[in-house]
Amino acid sequence: MFELLGIPPQALFGQLLLGLINGSFYALLSLGLAVIFGLLNIINFSHGAQYMMGAFVAWMLMTYAGINYWWALLLVPIIVGATGVVIERVMIARLYHLDHLYGLLLTFGLALIIQGLFRNQYGVSGLPYSIPSELSGGTNLGFMFLPNYRAWVVVASAIVCFGTWFAIEKTRLGAYLRAATENPVLVGAFGINVPRMITLTYGFGVALAALAGVLAAPIYSVNPNMGADLIIVVFAVVVIGGMGSILGAILTGFGLGVVEGLTRVFYPEGSSVAIFVIMALVLLVKPAGLFGRTV
Amino acid sequence: MTTQSETALVTTPAPPVGTPRHHIAIFVGLLVLLLIAPFVLYPVFVMKVLCFALFASALNLLLGFGGLLSFGHAAFFGSASYVAAHAAKVWGLNPEFAILLGVAAASLLGLGIGALAIKRQGIYFAMVTLAFAQMVYFIAVQAPFTGGEDGIQAVPRGMLFGIFDLSSDFTLYFVVLAIVMGGLLAIYRIIHSPFGQVLKAIRDNEPRSISLGYKVDRYKLAVFVMSAGLAGLAGATKAIVFQLSSLTDVYWSMSGEVVLMTLLGGMGTVFGPFVGAAAIVTMQNYFAGFGAWVTVIQGAIFVASVLLFREGIVGVLAKWLKKPL
Repeated sequence: MFELLGIPPQALFGQLLLGLINGSFYALLSLGLAVIFGLLNIINFSHGAQYMMGAFVAWMLMTYAGINYWWALLLVPIIVGATGVVIERVMIARLYHLDHLYGLLLTFGLALIIQGLFRNQYGVSGLPYSIPSELSGGTNLGFMFLPNYRAWVVVASAIVCFGTWFAIEKTRLGAYLRAATENPVLVGAFGINVPRMITLTYGFGVALAALAGVLAAPIYSVNPNMGADLIIVVFAVVVIGGMGSILGAILTGFGLGVVEGLTRVFYPEGSSVAIFVIMALVLLVKPAGLFGRTV
Repeated sequence: MTTQSETALVTTPAPPVGTPRHHIAIFVGLLVLLLIAPFVLYPVFVMKVLCFALFASALNLLLGFGGLLSFGHAAFFGSASYVAAHAAKVWGLNPEFAILLGVAAASLLGLGIGALAIKRQGIYFAMVTLAFAQMVYFIAVQAPFTGGEDGIQAVPRGMLFGIFDLSSDFTLYFVVLAIVMGGLLAIYRIIHSPFGQVLKAIRDNEPRSISLGYKVDRYKLAVFVMSAGLAGLAGATKAIVFQLSSLTDVYWSMSGEVVLMTLLGGMGTVFGPFVGAAAIVTMQNYFAGFGAWVTVIQGAIFVASVLLFREGIVGVLAKWLKKPL
C-alpha cells in the first residue's frame, strides 16, 4: 500500500469521508440559515434545535407508528416545517420592524425551550435509530471500506443542496424570492403576497434543518443536545462563507468539513478548533466572508 | 446598520448633566440593603447574585451602551475563573492577586477576540463572539490545567492581603460586596464619562460618528476590553466564592444566561442588569431540583421579554417614573 506523508491511506480516506459527512450537515444547515436570512434578515438560532427535532420526529414515527426511514425522509421535513410556519406567524412576524438582534434573541429562547422539553421527556443518553436495511453494509473500494449509508448521506445532501440552489437561482419562484430579498415593497406592489412568501421561506429553511436531522439520526445517536454545539460551528461556517450567496454557503460547508477531517489526520488536537481558527483568519483578511458582499 | 432611533436595539433619553440625585439615592439604598442582606439571607446565595449582577452589568456596558451584542461573554467569565482558581490553588497566590490575574487574562482575551469581532456588525458580531467563545470552551475541554470535566475543585479562599481569613462566608461576603460595588461604580463612571457619550453616539448612529471624526473602531475595542475585564472580575470572584471553576462557566449556555439577565432587567439601564441577575439566580435556585425545566423557563422568559417587554423590568419602571434608571 502507498503512504502519504506517513499517514496510512485508510486513516486518511476514513477521515476525509468523515469530513465530507460533517460537511454535508454544515452545508445543509448553513444553506437553511442563508435562505432564511436572505428574506427574513434574522439569524435562526433555533436551527440546531429544529435539526434535533427532525431526528426525534423520525425516531417517534419509527417507534410509535412504525413508519420507516424513507417515509420519514418525506414526512419529517413537512411536520417540522409546519411547526416553523406556526412559529413564524405567531412570533417572528411581530419582530420585522425591530432591530434584527431581537430575532436572534427570540429564536435563542425558542431553542432553549425546545431543547429543555425534549431533555425532560427523553433524557440526555441518546436513542438508537437503525440504518435502513437497503443501505446497511458497505463497499470495499480497495483503498478503503465505504459504509453505504454514509455514502448515501453525502450524495443525498449534495442533491438537496444543489436542488435548492437550482430552485432559487433558476426558477420563476426563485426569481420572486430573490426579488423580494432585494426589495419586498416593490415585489408586493406587483401583486405577490410577500408575507406569505416569508412564512413559507422560514418553513422551508426549517424543513431543511429537519431533513438534515433525519439524515443524521442513524449516524449519531438521537439526543436533545445533538444540535446545540453543531449550530455554533455552523455559525462559524456562515461567517466564513458570508451569507450573500447560496452556492457559497454550500461550498463553504462541504469544504470546511473536509478541512476539519484533514486536521483530524494531521493534528488531531486541533480538529475541534480548526474551523474557528479559519474564521479568525478570514475575519483578518476578508471580513465580509469568502463569498460575502460587504455589509 | 442604517436603522435609527425608532427601531434601534436600545434607546435611552439624553442623559442630564451631572449625577442625577435619584441615582445616588438608589446606589445608597442598594448598599444599605446589601449590608443587611447577609443577616437575613444565605450569604453564599447573595454572593452569587452579586457576581452575576456584575457580570450582567459588564455585558450591559457593551450591549446597552455600545450597542454590541456579545453572545460569547462566558469566554471572559470562564477564563478568568480558571486563571484565578489555578493561581490560588496551584501557585498559592493570595485571593487579591488571583482575582487580578483573572481580570488580566480576561482583558487580554477580550483584546484578541474584540479586535477580530469588531470587524463585523450586528448579528455577525453576535455569531463571531459566540464562535470564539466556543473555541475557548473547546480549549478548556482539552487543556491540561483546566481539569477537563472535573474543573478545578477545592480552590482555597485564602487570606485577603494576608490578614483577613476568607474561609468565613461572612468575611468573604463583605469583600465580594466591595468588589462588586466597585465594579458597578466603575461602570457607572464609564457610562457617564465623555467616553461613554461617544459610545452612545456610535450606538445610535455609527456613520455620523465616523463623519464627526471619531475613530469608531478604537472606541468599540476599548469598551469591548473593559467589558471583558469586568466580566473577568465577576468570574474570578465567583471562582473564589464557590472554590470551583468548571466548564459550565465557559459554555455557551452561560453566555445566553447573562444576555437573558440583561434583557430581562433592561438593556441600556444602569440598574437593570442587577435586577435581572437577581431574578434569574433566584429562579434557578428555586427550580434547581426540576432538571431541564430551568432551561425551558429561561427560554420562555427570553421569548416573553422579546415579544412583550423589550425595555426590561427597570426600563418599564423608568418609563412610569419618567426618569432614567
